[in-house]
Amino acid sequence: MSDRTRLIGWAGLLALLAIAPVFITSGRWIDFLEITLFVAVLGQGWNILGGYGGQYSFGHAVFFGTGAYIQALFQFKFGWSPWITMWFAVSLTALVASFVGYLSFRYGLRGSYFALITLAFAEALHVLSRSFDSITEGGRGVQLALNQDPGLAIATFQFNFAGPFLKAYGFYYTIFIILILAYGVTWWMERSRFGAQLVAVRENEEAAQALGINAFRVKMGAICLSAAISASAGVYYVQKYLFIEPGIAYGPAKSVEALFAPIIGGLGTVLGPLLGSFFIHGVGEITKEMIGHVFGDRPGVDLIMFGVILVLVLAFLPRGLVGLLETLWKRITGGRDA
Amino acid sequence: MDFLGINIPTYGWETILGSAISGVFLGSIYALVALGLTLIYGVLHIINFAHGALLMLAMYAVFYLWQYLGIDPYLAMFIVVPGGFLFGYGLQRTVIGKASHGKDEIILLVTLGVSIIIENAALFFFSATERSVRVPYDLDGIDLGVTYVVYPELAALGGSLLVTLGLWLFMTRTDTGKAIRAVAKERQGARLVGINVDHIFAVTFGIGVACVAVAASLLVPTYAVHPQVGYLFVLIAFTVVVLGGMGSFVGALVGGFLIGITEQLGRLYLGESLGVITISVIFILVLLFRPTGLFGQKSG
Repeated sequence: MSDRTRLIGWAGLLALLAIAPVFITSGRWIDFLEITLFVAVLGQGWNILGGYGGQYSFGHAVFFGTGAYIQALFQFKFGWSPWITMWFAVSLTALVASFVGYLSFRYGLRGSYFALITLAFAEALHVLSRSFDSITEGGRGVQLALNQDPGLAIATFQFNFAGPFLKAYGFYYTIFIILILAYGVTWWMERSRFGAQLVAVRENEEAAQALGINAFRVKMGAICLSAAISASAGVYYVQKYLFIEPGIAYGPAKSVEALFAPIIGGLGTVLGPLLGSFFIHGVGEITKEMIGHVFGDRPGVDLIMFGVILVLVLAFLPRGLVGLLETLWKRITGGRDA
Repeated sequence: MDFLGINIPTYGWETILGSAISGVFLGSIYALVALGLTLIYGVLHIINFAHGALLMLAMYAVFYLWQYLGIDPYLAMFIVVPGGFLFGYGLQRTVIGKASHGKDEIILLVTLGVSIIIENAALFFFSATERSVRVPYDLDGIDLGVTYVVYPELAALGGSLLVTLGLWLFMTRTDTGKAIRAVAKERQGARLVGINVDHIFAVTFGIGVACVAVAASLLVPTYAVHPQVGYLFVLIAFTVVVLGGMGSFVGALVGGFLIGITEQLGRLYLGESLGVITISVIFILVLLFRPTGLFGQKSG
């Protein structure tokens, strides 16, 4: 597929997402789209390090949670505007990532060992955020004050009491804009020198180094960019729910959510995390609906499906859904536009 | 002493010794869970992320055997251990071996997928309610002066020592044990001398899960069961395995005791919440500075 075909496809897809609210009046489906886009952003963060860089993190909650906590705490403690704290959230999380990355990559941790150390960092931050009441409010979590003045909706980045449009669609478009930025950066990265070096390091680190690529620096760049995108998902989360606590921020759920979408959608592709997120959440909703008729509303059903899909994709679709689509596309076009 | 708002108290030696002794008993549980994990890693080079979920499943089996059939948790071992072996054998043969294409990271993800399926299936069928077994002897024990030890804790300590000894004898004295070691050392060579490698892989995985079933029987009298209980153990078990040296039985035993003692002392000095940070810190430090662990030979 040429870059031009891809760009046209992307423009169509984004236009569709941009006007989706016009056709959707049910709040439930807006919630579905919001969660799907949120996981797609989280997944793209993971994909940069895991998909393009081949460094599988099992503790990406470190970056989501740190971004969320900074966004919440700087407002809560210092009363700063959310429009200012978000820059701190993204950049300070990248700083935390450079610390995690420095330790892991300097000491040459790869493969499963890198996965384990990121998991350990997530658990360490989980315990720390739960224990230091004076800094993080401990296990109670940080609850931001609800703004009830419609005039301040934009200034406080809170849409609960805003006008009808912002109230209904404000956060949908927030995560949509974050998605465009994150995916734009990934698109650019894929075509940059840095992106090529990152893929080279993933494929064969020794060979890449023999060619003069500084593998350590490339991986450091990837982990910082990856963390910044994950932190932006954290910023959205805090503004939407006005609440963060240790389990949500650093628990295993977010780390797992972050890796599902890109692996199922297609590792190391721009589209992969978005496609994966739509697929698992779509299947999750349908299963919940079907099982719900028989057993009533019980937790766990959608996650059972996520797990089954993950194992099936790993077994049969090593290149994910994007790989499957590309194969189909080649069949349709007879390989002319491949 | 005061550190970042956290008060670090000073204690007499009796309290510290008592804490350390209860750490040994806690550590024996960790060692039991870690033994299966280290065996699976040593042979299959799989970091089995589903280990905690399998422990949780075995604990539910022990619980329900007690609740519906009135079987004592310790006697339940005679059912859950063979059951665990068969489950593990089947799991490796039908899912993990097939889906992972032999790549380290992919295996890790497949076992993660399996653990998510098991955990949420437990949540779906058994609900999030904590369940615990009441046995008549769970509060009886021996007074050691500095601390009081209940019989279930003694059973766990004895169990971990016996399982380590049993695994060691099995690996050195039996033909299957020799075949497992051959496969662990040289997969291709083992295949060439006529060992059925896929079968040995599945047997090893089965034994690993059987160890988890032993741990479950010994745990249930003192621990409540709920769908998330495995996750609490899985990180600790990884820490023990990495600290002891991946693939080393003695390492898992010593590592278990060290982690148990550290955790209890951590709780004593840093409080219930912050105390467990000692585990993550040890994990990170060992991964960074001594990834081969205390008794391991191979480097990661």
